[in-house]
Amino acid sequence: MADNQTQTYYVPEQSKWPIVATVGLGVTLYGVASIMVNGKQGDSTTGAWIMFLVGSLIMAYMLFGWFGAVIKESREGLYSPQMDRSFRWGMSWFIFSEVMFFAAFFGALFYVRVLAVPWLGGEGDKGSSNMLWEGFQATWPLVNNPDPQAYPGPSSLIGPWGLPLINTILLVTSSFTVTIAHHAMKADNRAKVKLWLGATIALAVVFMFVQSYEYLHAYRDLDLTLQSGIYGSTFFMLTGFHGAHVFLGTLMLFIMLLRIRKGHFTGDNHFGFEAAAWYWHFVDVVWLGLFVFVYII
Amino acid sequence: MSAVADTHAQDHHHGPAKGISRWLLTTNHKDIGSMYLIFSFAMFLLGGSMAMVIRAELFQPGLQIVEPEFFNQMTTMHGLIMVFGAVMPAFVGLANWMLPLMVGAPDMALPRMNNWSFWLLPCAFLILVSTLFMQGGAPNFGWTFYAPLSTTYGPPSTTFFIFAVHIMGVSSIMGAINVIATILNMRAPGMTLMKMPLFVWTWLITAFLLIAVMPVLAGVVTMMLMDIHFGTSFFDAAGGGDPVLFQHVFWFFGHPEVYIMILPAFGAISHIVAAFSRKPLFGYASMVYAVGAIAVLSFVVWAHHMFTVGMPLAGQLFFMYATLLIAVPTGVKVFNWVTTMFRGSLSFEAPMLFAVAFIILFTIGGFSGLMLAIAPADFQYHDTYFVVAHFHYVLVPGAIFGIFASAYFWLPKWTGHMYDETLAKTHFWLSFIGMNLAFFPMHFLGLAGMPRRIPDYALQFTDFNMISSIGAFMFGATQLLFLFIVVKCARGGEKAPAKPWDGAEGLEWTVPSPAPYHTFSTPPEVK
Repeated sequence: MADNQTQTYYVPEQSKWPIVATVGLGVTLYGVASIMVNGKQGDSTTGAWIMFLVGSLIMAYMLFGWFGAVIKESREGLYSPQMDRSFRWGMSWFIFSEVMFFAAFFGALFYVRVLAVPWLGGEGDKGSSNMLWEGFQATWPLVNNPDPQAYPGPSSLIGPWGLPLINTILLVTSSFTVTIAHHAMKADNRAKVKLWLGATIALAVVFMFVQSYEYLHAYRDLDLTLQSGIYGSTFFMLTGFHGAHVFLGTLMLFIMLLRIRKGHFTGDNHFGFEAAAWYWHFVDVVWLGLFVFVYII
Repeated sequence: MSAVADTHAQDHHHGPAKGISRWLLTTNHKDIGSMYLIFSFAMFLLGGSMAMVIRAELFQPGLQIVEPEFFNQMTTMHGLIMVFGAVMPAFVGLANWMLPLMVGAPDMALPRMNNWSFWLLPCAFLILVSTLFMQGGAPNFGWTFYAPLSTTYGPPSTTFFIFAVHIMGVSSIMGAINVIATILNMRAPGMTLMKMPLFVWTWLITAFLLIAVMPVLAGVVTMMLMDIHFGTSFFDAAGGGDPVLFQHVFWFFGHPEVYIMILPAFGAISHIVAAFSRKPLFGYASMVYAVGAIAVLSFVVWAHHMFTVGMPLAGQLFFMYATLLIAVPTGVKVFNWVTTMFRGSLSFEAPMLFAVAFIILFTIGGFSGLMLAIAPADFQYHDTYFVVAHFHYVLVPGAIFGIFASAYFWLPKWTGHMYDETLAKTHFWLSFIGMNLAFFPMHFLGLAGMPRRIPDYALQFTDFNMISSIGAFMFGATQLLFLFIVVKCARGGEKAPAKPWDGAEGLEWTVPSPAPYHTFSTPPEVK
């Protein structure tokens, strides 16, 4: 692009991190797959666990090293405004890919609710599938599965206006607090940044605590599990992956807090922080989708 | 388009490092591009040898060479390796080599991530190929891995397959992010969007498709994993799920995926046809809009792969008409290529031969696609060899001829030498004849009712199958000639000038051949 060409683009020298990351990811995932397969076949999983742990350690080493190298380069002033735009495009499209990942699960939920389950119940010209399980009644949330022997349904469900509502308030509030922190960052008011970023992290931790409690409640008291048919499957898949992303987002924000305490970032150069904030807003928006389509409707 | 080339290496930039570390640790787009291309060719030979097993078994009716169980593993692995290991990485390799040269950038936007994108691929395919040696054998449910074949009835190695797909997905997404960031952010001053070469445009749109659908593939294999190991019932109607759900999610990925495999070829062919017609490309803007239209439509046609699965009439009609609509922008492209050639000063070097064959044979593949798109007719063709004929006609003379054409077109730029034109033309004619012999009879077989993915067949299909196998062996063996030509060209030969094709245009021809290790450290000016 035409502007900001005064500084040449930073092309890094050779780096060991990509190959370390490849080995780390490959070993980790091979370990995970072996744990699952060996476990299912009743074989020993010790070796697989060792593999998984070794791979995870390599990944952790890589993450510290790679991000460390980027942070160092950034603080040495090697990055031009053009480089900054590359990071922005990179993060934006990464978040878009995450949106599409969740879209697959939302799509599955909508398909099952609007089409597949009613068809199983005999609705429309697809009613022939009703012959498989005579007397099956299509309802949503689906508590009586077509084959209750194979998939015993939940005894009860989680209503939206208890813990999920509290969680919604927590996450929406955290989106505001992280924005306040961002504005404070732009104004170079570092004490205020620490305060509001800390508040965001605290809200995120409470959210994860509440979500864990809800899961325990679902498993212990409601018989709502991954095995309780399509309702449990979609419920845990969507909320579970969302929870994992909340964890990741919280980790990002926490690292940003550590970096701010170390004196990193300035009022006009803080994309690392901004990227974490973008990610946090994304996690928040997904939750709003979950709250509406999984819990309320 | 004119430009000032920056050819000398800048201060802290050196030439390539010595030994294996050059390849393991590199951040150079040319090194990474070469690795992608070499890797994809190795996968092409591996997937191709599996195709040879398939064709050898089908040479005669009855079971001769392999067990049906192993035959199924071969069809599955052939498809997976060709799609994810050969075609996609080859285009990423071309993108790595050519995009920075074409837009006048010093490298890809995120060079270290670029190297990670590449190295994840050998890792993923090591895991995928290792499933062949696992207890219960490799995945045997077809490259489309429909549930419940892949969930309830899949071999234990399915889990490893799932994680291999995850790693490929990570690689593709990061590669695509890099491509988009490079194109949107690294263009030389003056290169507006509508001045971008078409290969850049098609890759921009391909990268968008990749980022949009690879996560959906990750989603569907994750649901499989949950069904296999954690007792969920996404694809099990006993728990209220639906095996058809698998097909919907898979094809929401799968249909844009086929455009991912062809759009970059569209871009490269546009360059080649214009260069060897010695005329500017006809209808540049309409080419760009056509690619955009194809990409948008590719998101709303997926269920044409599953007409026979049982779908409401309105759904069938919608997906049928939406699919037929794609013929319009595709037709725009074909007519533009033909019009570019019209009254041009044509010459037929190897890239042009492959490009012209591409236009003709891809159009045949497109027409059989139209036949398949008509829902009532598809009930007859579905899961027959007609489908196999159709997609091999779009992928072999489409994607793969596109890659060959690009390779010959840009080999002088990569190696600094001209390839052996006589051998290259031999490679073309043997490939052309072999490929048509292999795949054209499959149309007749399919219309006569021979099902796909089956190791044995009724006697009346024998003759066409024999012809098809002979053509396949011919096509397969010919690719060793391609290997020879490329190695020969890399090792020496007539020196190539900076612009070996007099009709070619673009920034990549302003740098010397071979392109220096670092190019455009200061961006050129595009007028």
